[in-house]
Formats: sequence, structure tokens, C-alpha cells
Amino acid sequence: MDQGIQLGGIDYLILIVYFAFVLGIGVALRRYQKTSEDFFLSGRSIPAWVAGLAFLSANLGAQEVIGMAASGAKYGIATSHFYWVGAIPAMVFVGVFMMPFYYGSRARSVPEYLKLRFDEKTRAFNAISFATMTVFSSGISMYALAKLFQVLLGWNFNLSIWISALIVLVYIYLGGLTSAIYNEVLQFFLIVLGFAPLVWLGMRDVGGWSGLVSRLEKVATGQGYAPGAWTDSWAHLHSPQANPMGVEWFGMIMGLGFVLSFGYWCTDFLVVQRAMAAESMAAARRTPLIAAVPKMLFPFLVIFPGMIAIALTYQGGAGFALPKMADGTYDYTMAIPMMLGHYFPPGILGLGLTALMASFMSGMAGNVTAFNTVFTYDIYQSYLKKDGSDAHYLWMGRMTTVVGILLSVATAYLASRFNNIMDFLQLVFAFVNAPLFATFLLGMFWKRATGHGAFFGLLLGTAAATVHHGLTLPFGADAGIKGGWLLAAQPLHGYPSEMAQNFWTAIWAFGVCFAATILISVTTRQRQSDEALKGLVYSLTPRATDESVPWWKTPGGFGVLVIAMVVALNAIFW
Amino acid sequence: MGLDIRTPIGAMFLALGVLLVGYGMMTNGAEMYARSGNYNINLTWGAVLVVFGATMLFLGRRGRAKPPGGRPSDR
Repeated sequence: MDQGIQLGGIDYLILIVYFAFVLGIGVALRRYQKTSEDFFLSGRSIPAWVAGLAFLSANLGAQEVIGMAASGAKYGIATSHFYWVGAIPAMVFVGVFMMPFYYGSRARSVPEYLKLRFDEKTRAFNAISFATMTVFSSGISMYALAKLFQVLLGWNFNLSIWISALIVLVYIYLGGLTSAIYNEVLQFFLIVLGFAPLVWLGMRDVGGWSGLVSRLEKVATGQGYAPGAWTDSWAHLHSPQANPMGVEWFGMIMGLGFVLSFGYWCTDFLVVQRAMAAESMAAARRTPLIAAVPKMLFPFLVIFPGMIAIALTYQGGAGFALPKMADGTYDYTMAIPMMLGHYFPPGILGLGLTALMASFMSGMAGNVTAFNTVFTYDIYQSYLKKDGSDAHYLWMGRMTTVVGILLSVATAYLASRFNNIMDFLQLVFAFVNAPLFATFLLGMFWKRATGHGAFFGLLLGTAAATVHHGLTLPFGADAGIKGGWLLAAQPLHGYPSEMAQNFWTAIWAFGVCFAATILISVTTRQRQSDEALKGLVYSLTPRATDESVPWWKTPGGFGVLVIAMVVALNAIFW
Repeated sequence: MGLDIRTPIGAMFLALGVLLVGYGMMTNGAEMYARSGNYNINLTWGAVLVVFGATMLFLGRRGRAKPPGGRPSDR
């Protein structure tokens, strides 16, 4: 089957309308960018619902839409664990328990919080690794976009890169973080309204949920699993051999649900920055909670198309089949783009592809705004030029935006030449990120945690992740980038899948960082007084209670409601 | 911030909705709708976008009409 999709004039018109509005928002916001705080933190003036949708959308990059649909085809509804276990609980936690310290400390970035709570070296470690990571993520996003549109629509690779880079550059350069946030909200609605008709037409075609369940039985039994393996989320997690993910429930809950998910949603400045820009403490705490509500419904939007795609492929004769790669396995990443081409006639096809474009751009813009803030405040202002005027840092922020985008473009080209470098870098970032949540947890809830404890705990946690990866290997993989490179003969331990290995790498990194931070903290002196830690640590910060609000409007009450909803979803698809 | 985001969102979806409805009317009954199960998805979904866009525009205008500083979420 041909992967190419022909676009009509109407489709290009829709794309052009979208570009016009994206750029228009940047132009309209230009006159409000008077101080560096306007540019980097939206002057802390964003209403909760806007910050909440941006919180969600900044994370909604290409990896999410394309990757989750691919996982839906590969693993079925169990992919929902990435939402209902691996995101929502952490989002509730950051809103209810951590936001008071992020927002209340008046830190302008996550690395700056580390500086206030611990010391300079912990901040530098986090700032430098984070800034590098954002540039690479944004570049990879750009590369994926250009590659996909080249395969799908025959667009010129270079043109796609430079046009997407230019649009993101213009709207961030002009309107700063506000522009990025406003566009993320626009992109959120576009992604929902662009993919919802795809799910609707697809489900109509396969005969609703019951029709999908019966079709997916063939997919499951054809690969040697129980008939419900693609449509039950928990029932097959008792053993890694019983489900296509190759994970068991403990590794999934601890590795994904606790370490990886809390590490991302609670410490990644890319998302936390959206909440820091909120107009008040109450709004900042509600930001991740508001984001959690649409987030828990996203599996229906992005996982279902993948499940429909694999069902149609196995059914045969439906006029649809996923393409195969050189090694004979299905190219699952083509699930969403090919479903768009299969179900959408011209007109709505333009809307669907614009939604896909929006998902790439929101991911890219999120990275660029996080990069320019961390670079300007935590690297430039902290180490290179301490006493500049505010206007100077505003100018620097704009320059950093330009440089960040150029570096992303360079990364995109690097990715197109050397795919292995990207795999390698993503691996290194995973090692650096894995232990972070232990540092924040101890920093916020244990006042005795010291700067030396945090810094060396992080280093040892990263080392533990590296060593674990070097000693283990997924079954059937060759030693090298997949692991097992530390021992010449046999890996120490084999995992049933790469995912299981990732989860356990994270568990080890967290455990070692947690233990090492405690051990080093009790043996080193706490240099910061209780007074200096006020507002940064739970036990030293007065609790603000608001009696005038009904319980379900307080962060705690709202959080309980969100958790109840997500428990219900898990039960329905058990 | 002086710009209510609901206004541009509303305007964009209203414009996209009108485009899709117009195109759906022009192409009604065309062969290409075999893809979407012989269903004129452009017409239906265009109408959905028009309603969504108009609602957002209305909310954005109503929000601007309120005196500044009276945000209900400020506590």
C-alpha cells in the first residue's frame, strides 16, 4: 500500500489559517513583553485553566501522539498505564504537595529552586544537563516532523525543518513564554478536535468497542497471547510472558508509576514552568490538577487509533495495513499518519495533518522556552554576567531563543545523519533524569538533606543507572546501546523486554540516589539555617488553609476527585 | 495579559469550521466520502467547529467586558 497522501487546496488553506493565527498571537503579545519576568514567566499572570492546558500541551509533543498510537498498536490498551498509572498520580502529587514550594519560593526555574534549597553545584548540574537535553529534544522533534512529512506528503526535508523552526522562533521571540503558552492552548484544542473525528470514524468502522475487542482477539492469539491481551489493561500483568509489553505489575507500578512518572511531572522544568507562570498560588496548584482531567481522557484519542490500525491490519481485506520495516516487523509509528490518510477525505484531512503539525510545534516550543529561561537565569546570569540590567536579560532571552532554535536545527540535521548518536544521548539523559525525583522528595520533605548529599546522591544515582544498564540486557538484543556492555561474556541479568529494563534502571537509580543522599546528608553539616529554608521545605513552611472554599475546590479535594476518576478508568478497562 | 486567549481560539475555529462546512456542501455526495464510510464528515465536523469557535468567541468577549482585576480565580 502506498504511504503517500495527496493534499488538496482546501487542506493547504487550513494549514495556512493555522500558521496565520499562531504567528498572529506572537505579534499581538509583543507589546506586553516589557521585563524579563514578562518574557520568561509571563509576568506570573496566567489563569489556572490556561496554565493547565499548556501544562498538558507542552508535553504533548510528537513522541506522545505518534508514540502512544504506535504503542497502542504494539501493546493494546495496556498503553493506558502511561496515563492512568504513569502520569495522573504524579500530576496530582506535584499540584497538591510540591507546588507550594516551587511557586512559594519565588524561584524562577527548577534549577533555581535547587540553588535555594541546596547549593550552587546542584543547580549547575541540573541546569546544564537540562539545557542540553531541551535542545536535543527540540531538534529530535523537528527531525521527526520533517522526516514524517517527507515520507507522507513528499515535502522537502530542509524546507520543513526551516519553516517549522522559523515559525516557532518568530512567535517565541515576539511573545516569550506567554506566546508559547497561548499557542499551546490553541494547539491543545486543535489536537483534540483534529483527532476526535478520526477516533469516531474508526470506531464506527470497526463496530464500536465490542467490535474492536473481538477483532483484537485475533491480533493477540496470533502472537501467542491470551485473547484479551490487547483489550485488558491489568489482567495480564501477573507475568512478563503474558503480555506484549513484557513487564510485570511491580516493575510497572514502581518503575513507571513511581520513579519515571514522578521524576518527569514533578521535576521537569518544561512542564513546571507553566505552573510557575500562573497568576496566584491557588492557580499554580490547580494547574497540574486541571491538566490531569483531559490527560486521563487522552488514551481514547491517541491509543485507540493505534489499536484500530493493528486490528484492520490483522483482519486483512479491510483496505488498510501498517507498512513493514526492513526487518519484517510492522512500522507502528506510521499508525496515526496512515489512519488519517485512510479515513479522512480532503478537508478534514487538512485539519488532521494540521493537528499533527501542532503537536510537533507545541513540543518544540515547550523545549525552547524552558531552554531560554534556564540558560539566561541559571547559566548566563549566575556564572557569566551577574549584574546586568533587566533589559539586558530580556535581550539575552531573545538571543538565547534564536541560538536555541539554531542549535535545535543543527541537532535535527545531526539526527538525520547519525541515528545512533540520538539513541545514545537519549540514554544518557535517561540516566541523568532517573534519580532526580529522590533529590526533590528529600529536599522538600526532609530539612536535614544537605547540598553535598543532594549533589553526590544525584551523581551516584546516575552512576547506578549507567551500571545497571551496562550489566543487563533485554532478551534477544545484542550487547551495546541496548545494554550489557559492561561484561564481555554474558549480561548479569536478562529482561523480557526493553521496557522492563528501563523501568528497573529507573528503580535502581532512584533507590541509590535516595539512600546515598540520606547517608551523605547525615554525615555532612547542614549549612543552611531553618530560617533560610522557610518556604522551601515542608516542615518549615506554614500551611495556608482557605476555609472559604468548598472542599472539592481545594487542591487536596480536587486531587482526591481526580484520583477517584482514574481508579474508575483502571477498573473499567481491567 | 491584555489578550484573552479565547478570542483568537474562537476566531480560528470559526474560520476553520466555515471552511469545512463550505467545502462539505460543495463536495456533498462526492466519491471521496467512501473513505469516511460514505459520510460527509466535513459538513458535520465543520459544524462542530463553528459551534465551538462561536462559543469561545462569546466567552472571550464576555470575559473582556468584565472590569479588570475582578478575576474570579484570584483568591
